[in-house]
Amino acid sequence: MKFTLSWLKDHLETEASVDEIAEALTDLGLEVEDIINPLDKLKNFTLAKVKSAKQHPDADRLRVCMVETDEGEKQIVCGAPNAREGITVVLAKPGDYVPGIDVTLSVGKIRGVESHGMMASERELELSDEHDGIIELPSGEVGQSFADWLAENEPAKVDPVIEIAITPNRPDALGVRGIARDLAARGMGTLKPAKDVHIEGEFPSPINVTIDEDTRDGCYVFAGRLIRGVQNGPSPQWLQDRLKAIGLRPISKLVDVTNFFTFDQNRPLHVFDAGKVKGDLRIHRAKGGETLVGLDEKEYTFSEGQIVISDDQGIESIAGIMGGLETGCTMETTDVFLEAAVWNHIQIAYTGRALKINSDARYRNERGIDPAFNMPAIELATQMIMELCGGEPSSVVVAGEVPDVSRAYKLDPARVISLVGMDIPEAEQRQTLTKLGFRLEGNMAHVPSWRPDVMGEADLVEEVARIASLTKLKGKPMRRTQDGVPKPILSLHQRREQAARRTCASLGYNECVTYSFIDRASAALFGGGDDATMLENPISSEMSHMRPDLLPGLMQAAARNQARGMSDLALFEVGPAFHGGEPEEQHLQVTGLLVGRSGPKDVHGASRPVDAFDAKADAEAILAAIGAPAKVQILRGGPAWWHPGRHGKICLGPKKVLGIFGEIHPKVLKAMDVKGPAVAFTIWPDEVPAPRNQSATRAALEASDLQAVERDFAFVVDADVEALTLVNAAAGADKQLIDSVRVFDEFIGGSLGEGKKSLAITVRLQPTDQTLKEKEIEAVAAKIVEKVQKATGGVLRG
Amino acid sequence: MDDLRDKYIALIAEAGDEAALEDLRVQAVGKKGEISLKMRELGKMSPEERQVMGPKLNALKDEINSALAAKKEALEDAALDERLRAEWLDVTLPARDRRSGTIHPISQVTEEVTAIFADMGFAVAEGPQIESDWHNFDALNIPGHHPARAEMDTFYMHRAEGDNRPPHVLRTHTSPVQIRSMELAGAPIRVICPGRVYRADYDQTHTPMFHQVEGLALDTDISMANLKWTLEEFVKAFFEVDDVELRFRASHFPFTEPSAEVDIRCSWEGGQLKVGEGDDWLEILGSGMVHPKVLEAGGIDPNVHQGFAFGMGIDRIAMLKYGIPDLRAFFDSDLRWLRHYGFASLDVPTLHGGLSR
Repeated sequence: MKFTLSWLKDHLETEASVDEIAEALTDLGLEVEDIINPLDKLKNFTLAKVKSAKQHPDADRLRVCMVETDEGEKQIVCGAPNAREGITVVLAKPGDYVPGIDVTLSVGKIRGVESHGMMASERELELSDEHDGIIELPSGEVGQSFADWLAENEPAKVDPVIEIAITPNRPDALGVRGIARDLAARGMGTLKPAKDVHIEGEFPSPINVTIDEDTRDGCYVFAGRLIRGVQNGPSPQWLQDRLKAIGLRPISKLVDVTNFFTFDQNRPLHVFDAGKVKGDLRIHRAKGGETLVGLDEKEYTFSEGQIVISDDQGIESIAGIMGGLETGCTMETTDVFLEAAVWNHIQIAYTGRALKINSDARYRNERGIDPAFNMPAIELATQMIMELCGGEPSSVVVAGEVPDVSRAYKLDPARVISLVGMDIPEAEQRQTLTKLGFRLEGNMAHVPSWRPDVMGEADLVEEVARIASLTKLKGKPMRRTQDGVPKPILSLHQRREQAARRTCASLGYNECVTYSFIDRASAALFGGGDDATMLENPISSEMSHMRPDLLPGLMQAAARNQARGMSDLALFEVGPAFHGGEPEEQHLQVTGLLVGRSGPKDVHGASRPVDAFDAKADAEAILAAIGAPAKVQILRGGPAWWHPGRHGKICLGPKKVLGIFGEIHPKVLKAMDVKGPAVAFTIWPDEVPAPRNQSATRAALEASDLQAVERDFAFVVDADVEALTLVNAAAGADKQLIDSVRVFDEFIGGSLGEGKKSLAITVRLQPTDQTLKEKEIEAVAAKIVEKVQKATGGVLRG
Repeated sequence: MDDLRDKYIALIAEAGDEAALEDLRVQAVGKKGEISLKMRELGKMSPEERQVMGPKLNALKDEINSALAAKKEALEDAALDERLRAEWLDVTLPARDRRSGTIHPISQVTEEVTAIFADMGFAVAEGPQIESDWHNFDALNIPGHHPARAEMDTFYMHRAEGDNRPPHVLRTHTSPVQIRSMELAGAPIRVICPGRVYRADYDQTHTPMFHQVEGLALDTDISMANLKWTLEEFVKAFFEVDDVELRFRASHFPFTEPSAEVDIRCSWEGGQLKVGEGDDWLEILGSGMVHPKVLEAGGIDPNVHQGFAFGMGIDRIAMLKYGIPDLRAFFDSDLRWLRHYGFASLDVPTLHGGLSR
């Protein structure tokens, strides 16, 4: 919302400066976004008088002028055709910045003649586009400030423009008068009384208006009157200046009057060219499929139920949003039908949104205009049209009734103080509301008709608080919820998320935050991409579906980094993945991706391609960090984006999957444009069972002083026997004695023959009551061999 | 006997290697060595002679043994020195590579915010990011026709044919977690709700996903002045300054009343933000007293309980605190960016150890 200082002063009697007004507006909740004060850039320029102007010796179009200034007589070379003896001009001196040409002046030589400044044109001072010659002033003294002269003689040219942001609850501040009212309540001046006019109709309106029965809830009241014999044409300068200052294009007197009321009083109006209206006007709901070309020359197609205004020819206006081109006023209009109506603001919002029309009328009608101002508005607008265009008014025709929006809420001064925490005396609270137009009866505050946002006691509190100024609010300590040391607040889920994240980073992964939405193709590769997880209005096809998994986002990040020449990557993300389109269909994942080599090529030969066991180690470390049990199963049969033979699910039973690790399927790598090798892991922290032991106490340490014994065994087994089966079998041989079983070698093929492999294990025996004797060791060893053979068919390697 | 001593001391001193030294040992003090033989002769001596010669021979033997030991050590040292001279390492070579990971600024700042509010008794609440229309809008006093809905650039989820429920949305703010927290825990309550939020906007300063943290405190007597204090304490702790001035400006949010936008006093010198000094104001968050309708939507009696809510951008305060220029880079995962702006895994922000290093 833009307005000028002089426009504000139409409604507000004030001596306050632009800066004071701006500060108050922002504090009141009408946030100032911009102030354009033309005087700011003019303050250096002074008036001067040309004493003589002679032809430049070396240039036909230039003149050498002697100019009387406040610093004595100066020589200035000037190219303007009107530079001549005797005129009063605007002088820019060396050192002055001239905004229109973006130059700071210095003493210069023009074709060999020194020039000490310049005489400015309007364009050079950004006052207008006028550049046919330099400014000639009809009055003024040498040395006088040009800014002062303008303020006195042509105030419209230097009228400061203030732009404010209006929150949706304040439709009243979409009119200059509403802004003035807020400022008056703050004490920045006095609100001028509202104009009250009544213009008697000289004849009955030849156009009648009706509202269809089913449309009464969408159009409360529609008032209109014909003014005949008007003479349309360009508006007077003052009106054009105002509209231009706030960024509107003056069109014609009739249209400019409606725009004036839109911004002056938040009162959209419409003018029909009555000569083009056939018969009466009917406000009704569209059947659906009808079309209308609007004033913006675009064609609109209506849906069933949208409210329109028709005459005998059909639809002529989109009610409360935009008039039709056919019946719009032109310079030739002689009879005009003026409309002031109150529409259901919800209806306007839906229709405006559906038709995608952003007009000043829609903007105001959907936020809410003052219904009580409907009838005064038609009188004031009639008066203004007659003043500008002449004509004879008909009587006013009215359909429907001005809606009764009267309501009152209790002002509880103690509650205001309790909520705001500011000591605002009751008298001040009452005065604030009164100045804002509330009528107080006892402790009941009757809401003014222009404040549709005030719907309860809380709104009264807000009004009192904002006028009292929240800037003055002093902070008051808030009691702790309990005495003493604060208790921990994180949930198990939150602690795990944090532990997983910090462990990942400790393992050398860089944390990424990637978008929650990805393209359909990538989502589909990872089990998503269905319509349930699709956005209705994505901003691009790259962000069309909620991610089913964190891997595709990380792989896209890896591809981007590879394109930048970084090939070895360790990326991770902790965040939500979406297994459906319902609010509860979201789960937390911790995903890490390793691409390329374990590190850069190095002199130690330590760098090697990453493999599935890197991912496994990291997955295990993270699971340990979030308190997962150490004993898990590793199962196959993970989703299709993993290499079928090189991945494992980390499980507690076949249905309880805590995590998964392995190589990415080569086809997926190719589709995602990542150059491998690439391995990854995903962990679902919420699948990890909560710890049973809630106590901080640890179990006692059992550390035997007796010598532990290690024995190595090598078994030949079929190549598809899994190491974990063998290890579990060996460990089961004597659960008391066997402390650990560790695989330390795997050898495939060679002398063992096709389809065979050798697995070597170290078994550590830890006696607890007495040192082991060789005989006992041999007995355990035999048991191990037996168990392994039973479980795997393996035999000791000879 | 002195001759014998001098002879062996000289020979030992001249021995060039351990083998020569061993030969000398055998020659002198070995079983059949010269000195050993002489000691055997002691038995044939008179007691008087023995008393004189015995100690002398023992002393001689000790001296020779010491000399041998000393020479042996000297030879070993020399050999070690020789070996070490050959064992020169180019220690300027790079060490074996060790990857170092980083924590994303969003995570770090979320933990910082959590640490501060936890001290003031705020728990952390979470909620779904695909959110019902009701939780995201209606419950927050934003009915269907409200202009704020259009202004929020909402992402809508697709609705299957025949499913006539209003479409779910990607939450446009963390405020729906207020409602869910009230539904779950009632009042009194103090929670913050950090997380991802979504708006259909992408340009220099907007990304379609960003992060907010919501705060909610309800009790029987919580006022806007308490809100101001809480935010003052937060801003001081977060920006790690002793004092900071906050300015509350009246504003409007459908879910709070009265509402205020909050600015902090700051200066921008050479593009560097300094909080707490200077003549500029920087808008950092929106806040207010929870609207009675919102309390009711959360199942709380507005005649009994009252309190405040606020919401601020985590990405934004991260950018301000750590001087990160471009929001879009947060979500680009450029390794150079992650390393430059990321945090070490052990840099866990705490109030006792400090939030930043």
